[in-house]
Amino acid sequence: MAGAEVDVGTELRLGLPGGGAEAAKAAKRGFEETIDLKLKLPTAGMEEAAAVKQEPAVEKAKRPAEAAATDAEKPPAPKAQAVGWPPVRSYRRNVMSVQSVKNKKEEEPEKQQPATNASSNSSAFVKVSMDGAPYLRKVDLNMYNSYKDLSIALKKMFSTFTTGNNMNDGKLVDPVSGADVVTTYEDKDGDWMLVGDVPWEMFVESCKRLRIMKSSEAIGLAPRTKDKCKNKS
Amino acid sequence: MSTPRSSSTSSPPQIPQSLTLAPARTASTSSSSSASGMRDAAEDDFDSPPSQMSEDDPGGGVGDRWEPDLRGGNGGARWAPPDQVLENVLESVLEFLTAARDRNAASLVCRSWYRAEAQTRRELFIGNCYAVSPRRAVERFSRVRAVVLKGKPRFADFSLVPYGWGAYVSPWLAALGPAYPRLERISLKRMTVTDEDLALIAKSFPLFKELSLVCCDGFSTLGLAVVAERCRHLRVLDLIEDYLEDEEDEMVDWISKFPESNTSLESLLFDCVTVPFNFHALEALVARSPALRQLRVNHHVSVEQLRRLMARAPQLTHLGTGAFRSEAGPDGALSVSDLATSFAASRSLTCLSGFREVNSEYLPAIYPVCAKLTSLNFSFASLTSEELKPVIRNCVNLRTFWVLDTVGDEGLRAVAETCSDLRELRVFPLDATEDSEGSVSDVGLQAISEGCPKLESILYFCQRMTNAAVVAMSKNCPDLVVFRLCIMGRHRPDRITGEPMDDGFGAIVMNCKKLTRLSVSGLLTDKAFAYIGKYGKLIKTLSVAFAGNSDMSLQYVFEGCTKLQKLEVRDSPFGDKGLLSGLDYFYNMRFLWMNSCRLTMRGCREVAQQMQNLVVEVIKDHSDDEGESETVDKLYLYRSLEGPRNDAPPFVNIL
Repeated sequence: MAGAEVDVGTELRLGLPGGGAEAAKAAKRGFEETIDLKLKLPTAGMEEAAAVKQEPAVEKAKRPAEAAATDAEKPPAPKAQAVGWPPVRSYRRNVMSVQSVKNKKEEEPEKQQPATNASSNSSAFVKVSMDGAPYLRKVDLNMYNSYKDLSIALKKMFSTFTTGNNMNDGKLVDPVSGADVVTTYEDKDGDWMLVGDVPWEMFVESCKRLRIMKSSEAIGLAPRTKDKCKNKS
Repeated sequence: MSTPRSSSTSSPPQIPQSLTLAPARTASTSSSSSASGMRDAAEDDFDSPPSQMSEDDPGGGVGDRWEPDLRGGNGGARWAPPDQVLENVLESVLEFLTAARDRNAASLVCRSWYRAEAQTRRELFIGNCYAVSPRRAVERFSRVRAVVLKGKPRFADFSLVPYGWGAYVSPWLAALGPAYPRLERISLKRMTVTDEDLALIAKSFPLFKELSLVCCDGFSTLGLAVVAERCRHLRVLDLIEDYLEDEEDEMVDWISKFPESNTSLESLLFDCVTVPFNFHALEALVARSPALRQLRVNHHVSVEQLRRLMARAPQLTHLGTGAFRSEAGPDGALSVSDLATSFAASRSLTCLSGFREVNSEYLPAIYPVCAKLTSLNFSFASLTSEELKPVIRNCVNLRTFWVLDTVGDEGLRAVAETCSDLRELRVFPLDATEDSEGSVSDVGLQAISEGCPKLESILYFCQRMTNAAVVAMSKNCPDLVVFRLCIMGRHRPDRITGEPMDDGFGAIVMNCKKLTRLSVSGLLTDKAFAYIGKYGKLIKTLSVAFAGNSDMSLQYVFEGCTKLQKLEVRDSPFGDKGLLSGLDYFYNMRFLWMNSCRLTMRGCREVAQQMQNLVVEVIKDHSDDEGESETVDKLYLYRSLEGPRNDAPPFVNIL
């Protein structure tokens, strides 16, 4: 074939946006995909049902594997929309949808999309346990954009366990001893890490559960493991 | 005119070189866009100025008036006509005709003129690749240097034409290759082009200079690599809104494949190639391309990298700026003033685009060039009105402005106050859904009409519109050639009066005497179409969606719009009766597209039966597994000299 001599190797720029690439892939697959990929779905009722089609029906057969993958990413459409309306070209829709995904993850470099979070539209619930607290809570990490937001939310969530004036820089304290607590998380590999060490995006992607424990118990947590976890050398 | 007959059969003298007009340098598609400075063909079937390329195709327009001269054996060879001198004189004169429309007319005068015209046509324009066969085209025209081909109907851009419908360039290349070894330019729009096709181009045409692919699909960076490597005289590689087939792990470093010596590149547009590329190779390529005037990079280029490119190519006139944000960490980020220095050094910049992931802090960097800009494309830049206004206020010479509706009515007011020379405005929706907020309205349209009296072309997406604003524009902007208003919510009436939008569009067709292209929207009754038929005498392209009450609308249009070439209709209550009212007119048009109307197989069959020189395609969605149903969802009919095409997929039923 004519292109046989052409090399495949290429020097790629660093910082290849993984998240963007994933979304771009989805967007690319959806070249002839219709409009509600990653766009806000209308909430008002639709007047003309006759003219309107279910968009998955139109596009699925075209590229079945890719359409299915895209459907998996998309939240289910509440109602049908007209294909190709408003008349914005697929090219433009794809570019804008990739952009909007990127914009939601503003200052962080893009990463591979985590298996759990297909898009920022879906949720990333993890259990949060606090030592000494009688029950677990759950938080959706996708609701927050930064560690600060998360810690404010955790503080509110577990505020009943903090003594009134022990708000050391807004930190939670152990309900029994009044000592400082730290927040740790279990990542995809099963290791327990201190929350706050890695970029937010990476944290959201790899966090499986959160645990708020006494600072004293968390010494040496980041490079080494502790407690119920396997050893890392 | 009488001239002495030559008695001998001496070989015909050569056409004096001095009389041979070199074809206009600007490639066919670039000629249409260079007026606006924008190569981007989004939402566009730009009507070219008549002096360059007209929209008429040579083969498809003249059915019974046109007979291919295939006698004398090889249709391409010359046989000595009785009056050789006259023939040569004719050819010398006809060299000066460039517009296809003029050439078509000349070819009808008599056989002699027909032959002379066929020998001297340099640019072949085929507006519908299925209207004429490649064989017929190459047999008539023997000395073509440039070919323009258009494939799928425009509604393919909106996902209305299923994948695999057709418009393959392969059979054309198979014919063009042997027939035109000196071919220099190929421009394709909405066609499927494979990597093998690109390789064939590189192989067939050793003098190849310009490749322009607009809204095409089917190829990948592999094909680009072949073109880069083998087309040693390449001047133009314009990739505009194409869909490449690359998977990220299979892409090819095509930029490295350009010749290692100085290249002849004048234009390299690849902002639609979404995969990453070898930046160092690009930088080196730019450095060894002294003729480069137009460069549009994709979004994988940061401002730091952009700066390096600009340093290598200070002579650029058109620049697509990539992401327009920094990729460095907070300490290494380029300063705005350093970037501004780069722009200040680019003294020839007149057209800016890109800004694909723009960090608005860098916007002031373009201030040094704003006053000279004639074209600015912010339509992929999500910027607020507050961020845009300071930039706009510097762009006093702007002629073309594309922007997102985040500019708001306020921003449009700034445009109106600053850009008195504006010719083309496009306002795209950030949120392209029917129920979106929409950030511009009739207020912005009114302001533009008052500040930009020279406006020729407008595309405006909004949610709120009034007849008054549209009427105002019709009166304030008499030079309008293209008026495309898209009120995104279906059937929306005048937001103040609650009336249909009939009067607004009526005023447009009445007052804008140069109007050739119209797209309508909002709540519209048959009355609007009565206006269009009555006053839209120059309209060539009409797009209709969710409009009209009855078949009368179609009838008004067919009977009234005598210059109609392209009619696209969707989701409107038109049935067989309306369709059949066009029987006498279809052959004068390039095509009719109708989807989600009220057509049935009976009506479509009747058209097919009565009009043998039309191809009538009924297109089903893939998912329609049931046998032939009586309702027709998609109809695409077009005139053709060739009859039904032989490459139609199973979901296309040609009647």
